[in-house]
Amino acid sequence: MNSDEKAKRLRGLQEKVNLIFREIDCIELLERAIKEDPETIIQKIIDSGLRGRGGAGFPAGLKWKGAKEAAGGIKYVVCNADEGEPGTFKDRRILDEQTDKVITGMAICAHAVNATEGSIYLRGEYNFLLSKLSAKCNTWNTIFKDKGLVFKVGVKSGSGAYVCGEETALFESMEGKRGEPRNKPPFPVIAGYMDEPTVINNVETLAYAAMIIADGPESFKAIGTKDSMGGKVFSISGDASVKGIFELPLGMNLQEFVDLFGDDDTKAVQVGGSSGVCVPRKNFADTIIGFEGVPTGGSMMLFNSTRSMYHVLENYLEFFEEESCGQCTPCRAGCQQLLKGIEAVRSGEKPLSYIEKLRDLAQVMSVASKCGLGQSLVNPFNSITRYFREEICY
Amino acid sequence: METITLTINDIAVEIDKGATILDAAKKIGIRIPTLCHHDDLCAAGNCRVCVVEQKGARTLQASCVVPAAEGMQIYTNSRKVREARKTVIELLLSEHAGECTSCYKSGNCELQGLAQEYLACGDAFIDISDKSPIDISSPSIIKDDSKCIRCLRCVRTCAELQGVSALWSTHKGNKTKVETFLNKPMHYVVCTNCGQCVNRCPTGALTERNYIEEVWRAIDDPEKHVVVQTAPAVRVGLGEALGMGSGGVVTGKMVSALKRLGFDSVLDTDFTADLTIMEEGTELLARLKSALQGRKSATFPMMTSCSPGWIKFIEHEFPSLLDNLSTCKSPQQMFGALAKTYYAEKIGVDPAKMVSVSVMPCTAKKFEANRPEMYSSGFKDVDYVLTTRELAHMIRQAGLNFADLEDGKFDSIMGESTGAAVIFGATGGVMEAALRTAYEIVTGREVPFKNLNIEPVRGMEGVKAAGIKVENVKDEWKFLEGAELKVAVAHGLVNARKVMQEAEKGMSPYHFVEIMACPGGCIGGGGQPIPTSPAIRLKRAEAIYEADEALPLRKSHENPEIAAIYREFLGEPLGHKSHELLHTHYTPRNRT
Repeated sequence: MNSDEKAKRLRGLQEKVNLIFREIDCIELLERAIKEDPETIIQKIIDSGLRGRGGAGFPAGLKWKGAKEAAGGIKYVVCNADEGEPGTFKDRRILDEQTDKVITGMAICAHAVNATEGSIYLRGEYNFLLSKLSAKCNTWNTIFKDKGLVFKVGVKSGSGAYVCGEETALFESMEGKRGEPRNKPPFPVIAGYMDEPTVINNVETLAYAAMIIADGPESFKAIGTKDSMGGKVFSISGDASVKGIFELPLGMNLQEFVDLFGDDDTKAVQVGGSSGVCVPRKNFADTIIGFEGVPTGGSMMLFNSTRSMYHVLENYLEFFEEESCGQCTPCRAGCQQLLKGIEAVRSGEKPLSYIEKLRDLAQVMSVASKCGLGQSLVNPFNSITRYFREEICY
Repeated sequence: METITLTINDIAVEIDKGATILDAAKKIGIRIPTLCHHDDLCAAGNCRVCVVEQKGARTLQASCVVPAAEGMQIYTNSRKVREARKTVIELLLSEHAGECTSCYKSGNCELQGLAQEYLACGDAFIDISDKSPIDISSPSIIKDDSKCIRCLRCVRTCAELQGVSALWSTHKGNKTKVETFLNKPMHYVVCTNCGQCVNRCPTGALTERNYIEEVWRAIDDPEKHVVVQTAPAVRVGLGEALGMGSGGVVTGKMVSALKRLGFDSVLDTDFTADLTIMEEGTELLARLKSALQGRKSATFPMMTSCSPGWIKFIEHEFPSLLDNLSTCKSPQQMFGALAKTYYAEKIGVDPAKMVSVSVMPCTAKKFEANRPEMYSSGFKDVDYVLTTRELAHMIRQAGLNFADLEDGKFDSIMGESTGAAVIFGATGGVMEAALRTAYEIVTGREVPFKNLNIEPVRGMEGVKAAGIKVENVKDEWKFLEGAELKVAVAHGLVNARKVMQEAEKGMSPYHFVEIMACPGGCIGGGGQPIPTSPAIRLKRAEAIYEADEALPLRKSHENPEIAAIYREFLGEPLGHKSHELLHTHYTPRNRT
C-alpha cells in the first residue's frame, strides 16, 4: 500500500468505530440514563459485550452487576486513570478531551449500581490535568444535584507507582496507605475502596459505557469479533510510520495492523505494553488483536530491524525490577533475577542454558505472584526469549 | 456456624465458613509450609511458600489467605506446587546472605528448614542480598539486612502487637526493605527493645545481641566471682529450647545446669521480685495515704516499672506521665544493685571482682542493664544479660544433657522466693502478688480469693480490670476503710497504649496498673524460645501458676530472706538504703 491508500484505509477503519472522540450531549445522555432502571442499564452493558479496556478484559456488565448485588452501606465508582503501562497514553487524551463523557460514564454506573461516591484516580504524572478535572467534577456535581442523582465525584492524585494501576493497590493508595495489592478474594465489587463494594473501571471503559447507553448495545456489538466486541483506542509508538492515538475495531490481525502503521521493516510488535506479549514478524498473520488472540490495554510498540531485542527486554525488566511493589517473593526477587540473569548470560557469566531456568522462573512467577504485575511478566520474557533467543545470547 | 465442604488431596473436609485453605489442611493433618504466616499476626500472603493448586484455577493460591470455598478441590503436593515452592525458596535464598555455618540462628531458622525440606539450592539464582552494614547500635537487637527475606513479620509484630512501628516496610521493588524511621540506627529510634520482632523473625535478620562469649570469659577467669540470677519466666521456657516441649517447669534442672556451667553463685531474680512487691506495695500504700489524707498530692494510677520495654515506651510516647511510674527498679536491677553490695559483703567477695549476670526472657533487659542510672552499687549493677535462648545455647555448648539433669537448689541469701514472685512471669502476676501482700498488710487477712488465686487479673485478655473492696482494716490504715482499690492489667504495648490514652486524658479510673511490654507478660518475652505463639504462651502461663501453687510460701512478705535483708541491711521498705539502691528515675524521650 502506498501512503495514500494507507491513509484511506485507516480513515475507513476509524469511521467504523468513532465512539470515544465523537461529541455527544452528555447532559442529555445522563438525563435519559437516570430515567432507565438500573437493571436495564446493566443488561445493556452486558449485552454490548464490553470488556475492560485496561487490559485484563473482565466483562464490564458483570462487574456492575456484582457491585449492584453486593451488600454494603455505601458504594463507590472509581475511574482508573493511573495509565502507567509503558507505551500507553490514550487515557490521557480521553480524559483531557472527553472529560464529560468519562464522568457521565461514571454517573451512569453509579445510577446502575446505586453508588453515591465516585473518584478519578489520576496518575501522578498527569497532575497537569488535576485542576481541569477538579473543575469539571464540580460542574458535574452541580448537574447531578439538579437532575436528582445522588452522586458526587472527585479526583485523587496518585504518586507515581506503576503498581497502583492494579485495582486493589489503587484502593490502598486512595486510602493513604502504601500502594500494595491486596489478597483476593474479596474482589472489589464486594470489598473495594474503604472495604465497600466498588466498581473500578478504566477511563476508556467508562467512556465506552456512556456510548453504549447513548447508542444502544447493538451498534457496539456490531463492531469487532465475537470475543472482542467494540472498538479500542490504541497508543501506537516505536518504529511506526504513523504514531499516536487511534480508535480502531478490535479483532484485526497483526499483519493488517503492521501494514497500516509499520515502516516496512517491522520485526516485532509488543502488544499490551511491557507486560504484554512480543509477537515476531512470522506470527503477524496468525495473531488477532483481541481477547481471543493477544489482548492489549492499548499499547502497541513496533520494533524494526535496527533494534536489539535484548535491549528491549532489558529495558522492560529494569522497569519491573523497580516497579514491583516488593511484597511478594516471586515478583520482588523474580524481577531482579530475570534482569540479572539475562545480563549474566549476555556477559558470559552464566551459560546459555540459564535462559531455560529463567523461563521456568517466569512461569512460576505467572502462577505464584500475588497480583497481575508479577503474573504477567512471563508474557514479554518468554515471548522475547523464545522468538529472539539469538539476540539475547549474543 | 455455617460450614463448607472442600477436598484437599481428594480428602473431604468440612470447616467453618471464613477459614482459610491452610486451616482446612491443618484440620486433616496436612502440613502446608509457611513463612510469612504467624499465629500472632494478620495474614499477609507475601512469601508465597504456602501456595497450593486449586483445580480449575489458572494461578496457585496462597493457602494462608485464600478462604476455603464450597466444592473447592485443592492439591497441596502436586508437581506444579512443589516446583513453585522450591523456586520461591530459592528466590528467598538469593536474597538471603546464607552464612548457615556461622549464623547465630542456624538450627532455628525457618528458611534453612524449608531449604532442606525442598532440597533447594542456595545458589540457584544470582546473589541479590542487601549489602548494608549490620546495625549493631542497640545493646539489645542486631539488625542484619543481608539476611532479611521481607516476610514483614517484624513489621506486623511492631505495628499489631506493640503499636510502636519502629520498623516499617520502605521503598519498593528491588529496594524494598525493612527500615526504621529515616533508616536511623535501632538505638536511636522509638524501638522499645522488646524483641518481639526477634522472636518472630524466621531468619537471622533480627537477633538478640548475644553476650555468650563475654559470660564464658568471666566464668573462665579465676579472679572473678560470677553471680547469676534467673528471671521467673525463664524456668517455664528454657525446656522448650532444649527439646523438652512447652509448658514444663524446669527450675531445678536450670539451677544444676548453671552450676555445671561454672557460675559461682546461682541465685534467683524471684528473690528481688518479692522485694519489688515490698517496695512497690509500700509505695502504693504511701501514695494512697498522701492522696486520701490530703496532705500531699499523689499521682494515680501508679504504674508498674518491671518491664524495661514498657519503660522505654512510656518515655517515648507518654513522657508527661513518667510520674505515674513506680520508682522501683525492675527485679533484675534491684538484684544487680544488691549483688555487688549486700551479697558481696555477706560472702566476703570484693565487688570489683564480681561479675553479675542475669538470665532473662527479655531483650529489653540488655538495654536496661546499660542505662546510666544502673550503677548504684558503685559498679555496673548487671554486667551481662542473657536471654533464655542464649542460656540454652550455652547449655548445648557445654554438652549437658539437660533433660537428664538432677534438680539443683539455688544458693542462699538471695535465692529464696515465693509463689508471688514466680507469677511475675505472667501478665497480671505482679498485680496479683502486690494485692496478696498489700491487702494483708492493710487488713491483716489474706486476699478474699479462693486459694489466693486472683482470677480476674489472670488470662490473656489485652486489658483486664478488677476492683477489690478494702474492709475491716487495721487501725493504722483507717483512711482506707471501705475503699475500693481499682486495678488494671495490660500486656502488649498496643494494649498499654489504650490504658495510657485514658490516663493522658485524666480519665483513668484506676489506682494501680500493671503493664508488661510483651503479649502474655514475660512468659511471652522477646528473649523466650522461638517459636512463641498464643498456644505456647498459654502453656507457659499454666506452668507458672502450677509452680506458684506448688510452693509452700506464696506471699512475698513471708519470704524469710526478705525479712532478713530488711533486718540486716535495708532497714525498711522505702527507707534510705532502698532509695539509694532499689529506686530509680526516668528520662523523657522524643517520638523520633
